[in-house]
Amino acid sequence: MNLFGDPAVWLPLVFAGLMGLSILIYVVLDGFDLGVGVLFPFAEDDEKDRMIASIGPFWDANETWLVLAIGLLLVAFPSAHGAILTALYLPVAIMLIGLILRGVAFEFRVKAPIKHKASWNNAFFIGSMMTSLSQGFMLGMYIMGLEYTWATFAFACVTAVFLTVGYSFIGACWLILKTEKQLQLKSVKWAKGGIWGLVLGLGAISLASPLVSPRIFEKWFSFPEAILLAPLPIMSALLVGLLWIALRKLPTKDDSWAWFPFVCSIVLFTLSFFGLAYSFYPYVVPEQITIYEAASAPESLFIILVGTVFVLPTIIGYTVLAYTVFRGKATELTYD
Amino acid sequence: MDTLLLSRIQFGANISFHILFPTITIALGWVLLFFKLRFKATGDMKWMESYRFWVKVFALSFAMGVVSGITMSFQFGTNWPGFMETVGNIAGPLLAYEVMTAFFLEAVFLGIMLFGFSRVPSWLHTTATFLVAFGTTMSAFWILVLNSWMHTPAGFEMRDGVAFATDWWAIIFNPSMPYRLVHMLLASGLTVAFLLAGISAFRYVIGDKCESVRATLRTGIAIGALLIPIQIFAGDMHGLNTLEHQPAKVAAMEGNWETGPNVPLLLFAVPDQENRTNHFEIGIPNGASLILKHKAEGVVPGLNDFIEEDGTIMHPRVAPVFYSFRVMVGIGMLMLVMSWAAFWYSRKKRGGVDGLPKPLLYGLVAMSFSGWIATLAGWYTTEIGRQPWLVTGVMDTASAVADVPAPLVASTLIAYLVIYAALMFAYIGAIFYMARKAARGESIKPRVPSSGGAAVSIPAE
Ligand code: HDD
Ligand code: HEM
Ligand code: HEM
Repeated sequence: MNLFGDPAVWLPLVFAGLMGLSILIYVVLDGFDLGVGVLFPFAEDDEKDRMIASIGPFWDANETWLVLAIGLLLVAFPSAHGAILTALYLPVAIMLIGLILRGVAFEFRVKAPIKHKASWNNAFFIGSMMTSLSQGFMLGMYIMGLEYTWATFAFACVTAVFLTVGYSFIGACWLILKTEKQLQLKSVKWAKGGIWGLVLGLGAISLASPLVSPRIFEKWFSFPEAILLAPLPIMSALLVGLLWIALRKLPTKDDSWAWFPFVCSIVLFTLSFFGLAYSFYPYVVPEQITIYEAASAPESLFIILVGTVFVLPTIIGYTVLAYTVFRGKATELTYD
Repeated sequence: MDTLLLSRIQFGANISFHILFPTITIALGWVLLFFKLRFKATGDMKWMESYRFWVKVFALSFAMGVVSGITMSFQFGTNWPGFMETVGNIAGPLLAYEVMTAFFLEAVFLGIMLFGFSRVPSWLHTTATFLVAFGTTMSAFWILVLNSWMHTPAGFEMRDGVAFATDWWAIIFNPSMPYRLVHMLLASGLTVAFLLAGISAFRYVIGDKCESVRATLRTGIAIGALLIPIQIFAGDMHGLNTLEHQPAKVAAMEGNWETGPNVPLLLFAVPDQENRTNHFEIGIPNGASLILKHKAEGVVPGLNDFIEEDGTIMHPRVAPVFYSFRVMVGIGMLMLVMSWAAFWYSRKKRGGVDGLPKPLLYGLVAMSFSGWIATLAGWYTTEIGRQPWLVTGVMDTASAVADVPAPLVASTLIAYLVIYAALMFAYIGAIFYMARKAARGESIKPRVPSSGGAAVSIPAE
């Protein structure tokens, strides 16, 4: 067990990495299906069915990454788990109610009497909005160190809006990939609108976090870190440029490049995520508790790690299987 | 009301809502696999039709289970941070294994099971169905390991007020785990048996007498008749195990105040905790002694033993445990009578399900959701019976609660209750709606009339 030195040092780091990974996967995967929900009111009725069909086989597994992320926080950093979730009590509750509404709406909109379908469509949209907005709000509060003042509250409201726009953007990119004809054209339009929100949002967060925290300022703007980190913002800017060009050319005649915006947006989300992760390390509750202080007993972490080493590749394996089975354009969803 | 009480009500409401849907999906997954395999073996379309109808119920229940389950996993942090801080080293790995070995399995293969029928080879679809059923059963396994450990903790030591694991084998196979797991899996089987029978009986009485309805009705009756005696036996064993490890709970279940021999089995009573006595007792003499100790003069523990020197009451509130235990056992007895009667009347030589008398059919419809009530009653017995402990002998409930302001908890509690009430209404409504719709669809298609089924036309809604 001491192969890599003191387990009390490397285990928390490994678990912080695993938790970060599942949050990132969650944000990308549930991001696109939440985004599809946010775009719902802009679509016609038959398009709504197609949009649902594009995410139907995936949404449940996508949400499971949230359960894993929160589970890892809970098992690896129990005291941080309590501190974060009690501080975010209300937004968490709103998110949960949102998740409940949209999750059941998936099923009820096709199983309940047809005259209720419009209401369940609304529930799907409202649930997606509640979830996205509250996640953005929590992100903002977290960046601001979980302290409630007027300024932090205002900042969190801003991140709430921008994360929702970000989700709708990646949702639109997903639809470009998974749909055709009229709906695909519309999705390109939605993505073009969303991209500006995304740029503004990334800018706001990048400016605000060094300003509130001298420690983060120090991490980003001292020499030589500044140079080593430079590729992050530069690559993001480049990607945004490429996306803009691609969106103006899409859809192409033979539907090549339909995958491009979605892949770009995944990379963009990943880059921003690394930026944030770098800012916060080694804290799990910003400025209060480090991952080393919050970690569970090494014995318990080790037990989980052993399982993870075997199970995680398997999970990724069958997730890939599911996405392969349901590749190509979304078709009608039926049980047979 | 204070934060503690509100948090308890909220947790109780959330878990009660959650458990309803896994109870269905755990067993229904296996039943669907059975339908699919029957279809493959016989090529008879009735099995495929059964599969198609019940997979919809499964999908709906699964969605309800997932969303309420996600709520559960946040509750520990938002309302009970003390729980994880004290026993996180044990609860953590168990929950992590549940997510990794069960949740992903079922969530990913659910997509293939529901929507992949025409996209993947038949064997892969059957495998996906199997893996979903297996995944739900694994979830039940891990969460029941944790829950049983909270009732009968083992394999750990306390250092500075925090539990550390010493023996994982002992933690997983803690004394009450095998009993609880068996009893819960059987409960799930019974819930689904009566749901199958009840909804099929409903379709039958409104005139849908197709082969598929007959097949599911028979399947439901057969599973129910088979499992209920096993369940009663398993419940009895479970009680004996509880007597050994949590005598205060058994004393509350029996409504017995004084330790002693020749204790009656109370069929009915009104426990009065203020005066530490019962009113309106109706009982079977020596019954409790006989059941728990297998002899009339067997000594049964009494509640008065669980009062400390300073007067602190160390046993649970008696009335809820006492009543909910009787609700569970009562429904169990009713299930025995109903399923055996139905089995008897629907024997092959009486003409199968056409031999079922009307009152019995309506009785089955009325019992569609009886498994839910018995399951909830059972869990209330178990969980309230553990109080005042959260983890028996290790930590009490009060020391786990978050210091969130009471009005905040009250507001989320109200929000959950409203949503749950609405969803429950929509869920049961949707199931009966689907049944009616299926019945209508079948009566339009010309079918080969089966023995004695008169065609009844159903007016549109
Ligand atoms: C369909 C559901 C169902 C039915 C018909 C029964 N039970 Fe049950 N019972 C449960 C569903 C359940 C449950 C929900 O699954 C519980 C709650 C926790 C547990 O382990 O199982 C439970 C708990 C439970 C306990 C509490 C154990 C403890 O907390 O330590 C006892 C003693 C029994 N049962 C005994 C019985 C008996 C004697 C039955 C005879 C008719 C019976 N049950 C029928
Ligand atoms: C296996 C998973 C379970 C775990 C880990 C668990 C854990 C807990 C916790 C943390 C509490 C809160 C503290 C308290 O109020 O005592 C509690 C209480 C409660 N639980 Fe469970 N529980 C589980 C299963 C269930 C199920 C399936 C039900 C019901 C269907 C249930 C019903 C209750 C009720 C009614 C209370 C309130 C008891 C009271 O306040 O007197 N529990 N349990
Ligand atoms: C405190 C206790 C509990 C927590 C935190 C919890 C958490 C969860 C979560 C997060 C899910 C969704 C998984 C997914 O995304 O697919 C879920 C589903 C499930 N839970 Fe629970 N649960 C609890 C209690 C229970 C109990 C007591 C049982 C059964 C005995 C149970 C059995 C299941 C099963 C079988 C599923 C999957 C099938 C379905 O969703 O219908 N859970 N649970």
